[in-house]
Amino acid sequence: MSIRSQILLAAGSVAAMLALAPAYAQETVRIGLILPMTGGQASTGKQIDNAVKLYMQQNGDTVAGKKIEVILKDDAAVPDNTKRLAQELIVNDKVNFIAGFGVTPAALAAAPLATQAKVPEIVMAAGTSIITERSPYIVRTSFTLAQSCTIIGDWAAKNGIKKVATLTSDYAPGNDALNFFKQNFTAGGGEIVEEVKVPLQNPDFSPFLQRMKDSKPDAVFVFVPAGQGGSFMKQYAERGLDKAGIKVIGPGDVMDDDLLNGMGDAALGTVTAHLYSAAHPSAANKEFVAAYKKAFGQRPGFMAVGGYDGIRLIYEALKKTGGKTDGDALIAAMKGAKWESPRGPIMIDPETRDIVQNIYIRKVEKVDGELYNVEFATFEAVKDSGKTKK
Amino acid sequence: MTTLFTILFDGVAYGMLLFVLACGLAVTLGLMNFVNLAHGAFAMTGGYICAVLVNNSGWPFFSALPLAFVTAALVGVALERTLYRHLYTRSHLDQVLFTIGLTFMSVAAVDYIMGSSRIFIKLPAALEGQFDFFGVGIGRYRLMIIVICGLLTVALQLILAKTRFGSRLRAAVDDPRAASGLGINVPQVFAFTFAFGCGLAGLGGALSAEILGLDPYFPLKFMIYFLIVVTVGGSSSITGPFLASLLLGIGDVAGKYYVPKMGPFVIYTIMIVILIWRPNGLFGRAAAR
Repeated sequence: MSIRSQILLAAGSVAAMLALAPAYAQETVRIGLILPMTGGQASTGKQIDNAVKLYMQQNGDTVAGKKIEVILKDDAAVPDNTKRLAQELIVNDKVNFIAGFGVTPAALAAAPLATQAKVPEIVMAAGTSIITERSPYIVRTSFTLAQSCTIIGDWAAKNGIKKVATLTSDYAPGNDALNFFKQNFTAGGGEIVEEVKVPLQNPDFSPFLQRMKDSKPDAVFVFVPAGQGGSFMKQYAERGLDKAGIKVIGPGDVMDDDLLNGMGDAALGTVTAHLYSAAHPSAANKEFVAAYKKAFGQRPGFMAVGGYDGIRLIYEALKKTGGKTDGDALIAAMKGAKWESPRGPIMIDPETRDIVQNIYIRKVEKVDGELYNVEFATFEAVKDSGKTKK
Repeated sequence: MTTLFTILFDGVAYGMLLFVLACGLAVTLGLMNFVNLAHGAFAMTGGYICAVLVNNSGWPFFSALPLAFVTAALVGVALERTLYRHLYTRSHLDQVLFTIGLTFMSVAAVDYIMGSSRIFIKLPAALEGQFDFFGVGIGRYRLMIIVICGLLTVALQLILAKTRFGSRLRAAVDDPRAASGLGINVPQVFAFTFAFGCGLAGLGGALSAEILGLDPYFPLKFMIYFLIVVTVGGSSSITGPFLASLLLGIGDVAGKYYVPKMGPFVIYTIMIVILIWRPNGLFGRAAAR
C-alpha cells in the first residue's frame, strides 16, 4: 500500500468517525421492566414483555434523540424480589423508569423506591385501587378491578338479573371484586343469595358449584385467578348449571383471550365486563392483533394491551419533555395524556394518575370457529370508583 | 337427600383420583422406603403426554391414556437406572433434597417447552356433562374415573398379594440381603416397581387434568395432597392409602359443600385427628420404624 493511499484511508476513517459522532453523543434512556416471567403469574409477564417488544419493533428504539434500552428482570411475582430488583435497577443500572409489576404486592413494594429516587413507576398489570395512591410517581396503564366489577354490577341489576350467587377466590383481589360488585348490584335492587369464597389453591370446584346450583340464582358472579377460570367453566358445564339457566357473569379477567379457546364451548354465553377483547372492532385493534399474532403466534390478552399502552406512554412522555429524563417533568408530561389504544380511547387521569377507559359488556361467542368476547354495550370513560368514592 | 348422594359421588370420584395419583408414592415410600418427592413430576409427564397426543396429534382420549402410563413409566425407569438407584442407601434427607431438586427442574423444563398457561385435554363428547340417576347428578367423567380407578385398585391388590412378583417385592423390601441370597434380583424388582409407580402417576396425571387442571406447577401444587394420602393411609399396604384417599376425597368435598367457610381446613383437620389417633397412619406398621 502506497503512502498516498494510507493517508487517504486515514482521512476516510476520520471522516467516518466524525459522521458517527452524534451517535456516540446520544444518551440512553433505560427502562427497568420488572415482570413475573416464571411462577404462576408467568403468562402475565410474557404478554407484557411481548407487547413491549412489539411496540419497539413498530416504533423504533429512538425517541427524541435518545436510545431506549429495556432491562427485563424476573421477580416471579414475589414482592421481596421486586423490591430488590427495583433497587438494583435504580442504583446500579441508573434506570429512568421502572415498569411492569404483575401483581399488587409487587407494585406496592416498589412504590417507596419510586418516590425516593423520583423515578416514574409505570404499572402495566396490577389492579387494586390503592396502588397509585402510594407514590406520586406511579402511573397506571392497565385497569382497576373496581372499574369492571362495578359496571357488571350495574349492568346485571338493570338487565333482569335479580338473584346472584357469588364465587370468588379468597384473597385480596377476589374480596375487592366481590365488594365492588355487591355494592353496585344491591344498590340497583339485586339480591345476593349465596356467597362462597373458595381457597386460592383450589383444585376441585365441584362442591362449591353444587352449592351454587342448589341456591337457584339467576346468575353466578365469579372471580378466580387467571388459569383457574378454565377449570371453573368446565365444571360449571359438567354440573349442568348452564342447562339450569344459570348465567355466568363477572369481570373479564376470567375470560382472558389467551385462555378462552382452551375452555371450550363451556364458556359460550358468559357475560363479562372488561377493558379489552381481541375482538374489539376498531382499526387500531385489528392492526395490533394481527401484528401480535404474527410476531408471537397467539392472540394478545388484556395484559398485553396494558404493556403496549405502558411503553407507548413512556415514548410519548419522552417526546413531550424533549428527551429530558427528570422524574417530575416526565410525570407532568404523562398526566392527562390521551390516545387511541387498541382497547379504545384512553386517558391518564391528571389527578389520580390512573387510567380512564371504556368498559365493555361482552358475551362469549364463536367467530370463525374460535371463541371471542364479543362486545355489545359500552360504558364510556370509566374512572376508578375505588378512589372517586373517597 | 339426592344432594347428599351427589356430594358422596363427587367425593368418591375425587378420592379415587387422589388414590391413583398417590398410590405410586405409597409404593416407593412405603414399600421401597424411598422418599420420592418428584412423584408429581411423573404425574405431570403423563398429563402433558396425553394432552399433546389428544390436542395436537388428534389421538382419541382412551388410546392416549395407556401411552401416558407407558411414557411416565419409561421416564421413571430411565431415571431409576441412572439417578435414583444411587440414592437407595443414602439418608432420607439426601433423598428429599435430590427429588425436590428434580421437581423444580421438571417445572422449569415443562414451563420452557409447553408454556406456563393451563392446559385442557379435549374430551370426547360422551364424557361431558351429567346424567340423572334417580335424582342424583352423576358426572360422566367422574363415573369413568371411578370405574378405571376401581379396577386398578383391585388389580394392584391382587398383584401385590397373590402373584409371584408381589411376594418377591415384599421379600426384597423386608430384607434385601436375604432376598438376593435366595436368588431374587433385588435391583430389577425395585426398578420395575418404581417404573410401575411412575406409570400409575402418569395415568393419574392424564385423568386429573380435567378436574385438577394441568400446568407446569402441578408437581408442587399437589405434592401436599400426595403426602397427606400416604401419611394418613400408612405405608405398609395399598388398602391404607386407598381408604385414606376416599376419606379425604369425601371429607374435602362434603366439607366444602356444607361448611364452605372452613374451606380447605377440613382435609387438614381430618389428617391431624387421624394422626393423633394413629401416628403411623390408618394401616401403619406399629412402631416398625
